Amino acid sequence: MAQPAKIPVSDNDASFSDAQPTAAPSVVRSFLIRRGSSSVADGIFYGLVVACALSIFGIVVLIAYELVTRSQLTLGKFGLSFFFRSAWDPVNSNFGAWPFIYGTLMSSFLALLISVPFALGVAIFLTEMCPKWLRTPLSFLTELLAAIPSVVYGLWAIFVLIPLLRDYVNPKLMFTLGWTGFFSGPNAGYSMLAAGVVLAIMILPIISSLTREVMTSVPMVQREGVLALGATRWEMIRIGVLRNARIGIVGAIILGLGRALGETMAVTMVIGNRPEIVKSLLAPGYTMASVLANEFSEATDDMYLSALIEIGLALFLVTIVVNACARLLVWAVTRGAPARAA
Amino acid sequence: MAAHIIRPPLRPSNTNVVARRMKSGLVSGLAVLATIIVVAPLIAILLYLLKQGVSSLNWDFFTKIPVPVGEKGGGMENAIVGSGVILALASAIGIPLGIGAGIYLAEYATGTRMGNLVRFTADVLNGVPSIVMGIAIYALIVLPQKHFSALAGGVVLGVMMVPTVTRTTEEMLRMVPYAIREAALGLGVPAWRSTLTITVRTASAGIVTGCMLAFARVAGETAPLLFTAFGNAFQSTSLNEPIAALPLQIFVYAVSPYDEWHRLAWAGALVLIVLIITSVALVRFVVSRGTLKGAS
Repeated sequence: MAQPAKIPVSDNDASFSDAQPTAAPSVVRSFLIRRGSSSVADGIFYGLVVACALSIFGIVVLIAYELVTRSQLTLGKFGLSFFFRSAWDPVNSNFGAWPFIYGTLMSSFLALLISVPFALGVAIFLTEMCPKWLRTPLSFLTELLAAIPSVVYGLWAIFVLIPLLRDYVNPKLMFTLGWTGFFSGPNAGYSMLAAGVVLAIMILPIISSLTREVMTSVPMVQREGVLALGATRWEMIRIGVLRNARIGIVGAIILGLGRALGETMAVTMVIGNRPEIVKSLLAPGYTMASVLANEFSEATDDMYLSALIEIGLALFLVTIVVNACARLLVWAVTRGAPARAA
Repeated sequence: MAAHIIRPPLRPSNTNVVARRMKSGLVSGLAVLATIIVVAPLIAILLYLLKQGVSSLNWDFFTKIPVPVGEKGGGMENAIVGSGVILALASAIGIPLGIGAGIYLAEYATGTRMGNLVRFTADVLNGVPSIVMGIAIYALIVLPQKHFSALAGGVVLGVMMVPTVTRTTEEMLRMVPYAIREAALGLGVPAWRSTLTITVRTASAGIVTGCMLAFARVAGETAPLLFTAFGNAFQSTSLNEPIAALPLQIFVYAVSPYDEWHRLAWAGALVLIVLIITSVALVRFVVSRGTLKGAS
C-alpha cells in the first residue's frame, strides 16, 4: 500500500541537505546545511520503534514456542486423546485434561448466563435512561469493579459469598430445583456455582462497558426515527439500538468469555479443586487455570510438568481464538479506534 | 427525549398501547434493577474490605515481616517491598517497549497492513490469561536458571503491561492534531525530535494515564507470580532470589486455616485496593481534565 502523503518520513529532511545551493546560500539554508542531515538519527529512531512493535510479535511467538516445546512429552505419549481422558494420576504418570476442560467451560458458561442479562441491563440503563449527573459516577463504579484484583475477589468470596451461598441460597436451590439434578448432593459451599458467581461479577464490567461503547456508536438518528414512528422506549431500544449493535454486543460477550476462561485466582479459591465431573453445580470442580495455579510449582517429574504445560498451551490457543473472534466483531461495529478492554 | 416528540396517530390495529407501554416500563424497571444489583456487590465488597481491613491494619503491618504460625503480630513489610521491586522492574520493561510500539503504530504505520497486524497482536496478547504468561516465563527464565527469582516475576508483569501501554499510547498520539507535527517539521526539526519532543509531549498526560492503567492492572496480578517470583518469608531485594509480593501473600494467607493470617490478608487486600483505586481515580481525574490541554 502506498504511504499516505501526510506521513512525515525521513526523506523530507534528507532532501533539504541533499539539495545543493546554486546561488549564495540564504541564512536559513546555510543553517540547515550546517546542521547536517538527520536521516541517520531518524533511521535509528525508526529502527527502535519498529523493534518495539516487533517485540510484541516476538513475545507471542516465544510464548507459543516455549509452550509447544515443553509439552512434547505428553503430546507425544497421549496425542489428542489427552484432552478427552479423565484420568489425573501424577503418581503413575497417567494424565487427561477432560475434567479441567469441563470445569473451565462449565464455570465460564455459568458466568455468562448470570452476567449477560445484568451487563445488558446496566448498558441500556447507562446509555439510554440514565440522567446525566448519575452517568459518570455509575460508570466509574462499574469500572472500579474491573480494577479490583482477582485475589481480592477470591478473598471476599471465601469469607462472604461462600457462607452466603451455603447457608441461604443453596438450600433454597436444592429445595426448589433439586429435581433437575443440577442442585443436589452435599452442600459444601466451595463449588462450581460459587466459581460461576464470582466469575460473573468479574466479567460483568468488561461486557457492560464494551456494550455501552457499541450502543453509543449507534447514531442518534436511528433512535429518533424509531421514536417518531410511535415506538415506546423499550421498542426504540430493541429496534433502533440493540438490533444495530448486536454484532458488537456478541463481540463484547465473547470478550468476557475470554476473560472468564483464563481467570485463575478467584476461581482457584472457591471452586473446591477436585478433578471430577459431577452434574450437580453444588459439587466442587476444577478448571484448567486453577490446576496450573495449584500444581505447577509442585510438579517434580518431567511428565507431570509436561502435562501441565500442555494444559497451558490449550488454554493459550483457546483464548487466542476467542479473543480474535471477539475483536473482529467489535471492530466490525465501532471501526477505527477499537474498544479498550478495561 | 420522548416527551418532546409529537407522536403520529397510531395505526388502528395498534390497540395494545397500554400493553406496550407497560412492557416498556417493565423493561426500564428491569434495567434500573440490574444496575442496582450490579453496584450492590461492589459497594458490599468495598465496605466489607474497609471494615475488615481497617481493624487489622496497624503500624506493624508496614514495618514487620511475617511471623511463624501461632505467634501474634507480624506484617507484610517484605511483601510490600517485594511488590515494589517487581513492579519497578516490570515498569522498566513494559513502559518503554509499549510506548515505542505505540509510537510506531501512530506515527509510522497508520493504515498499513503491518500496523493492523501489530495492533491486532497487541489486543490478542492482552487477552492471554496471566497464568499462561507465567508458565511461559517459567519455561523461559526459571527452568534454565533452576530457581525462582524476582527477575522472572518482573519480566512477566512487564510483558503483561506492553499491550495496554501500546494501545493507549497509540490512541493518545492519534488525538494530537497534524498541524502540530507539520509545524515542527516545517521549522526544520528532525522527524525523531518532532515525535519525541512535540507529539509525545503533547500527548504525555494521556500516555501517563495509559501507563498508570497498565500498572494498576498488573499490581494486583497473582497467578503469574506463583511460579516466577514464588514468594519469600523474609526480606529480599535481590533480583536473583525468590521475592515476596503483596497479592501472592494475600492468596497464601487467605487460603490458610489461621484467623491471624486471615486478618493480615484483609489488611493486605485493603492496602492493595487503595493503591489501585488511587491510581485509577487519578487517571479518571486527569482524563476528565482533558488529556490534550493546549493541543488545539
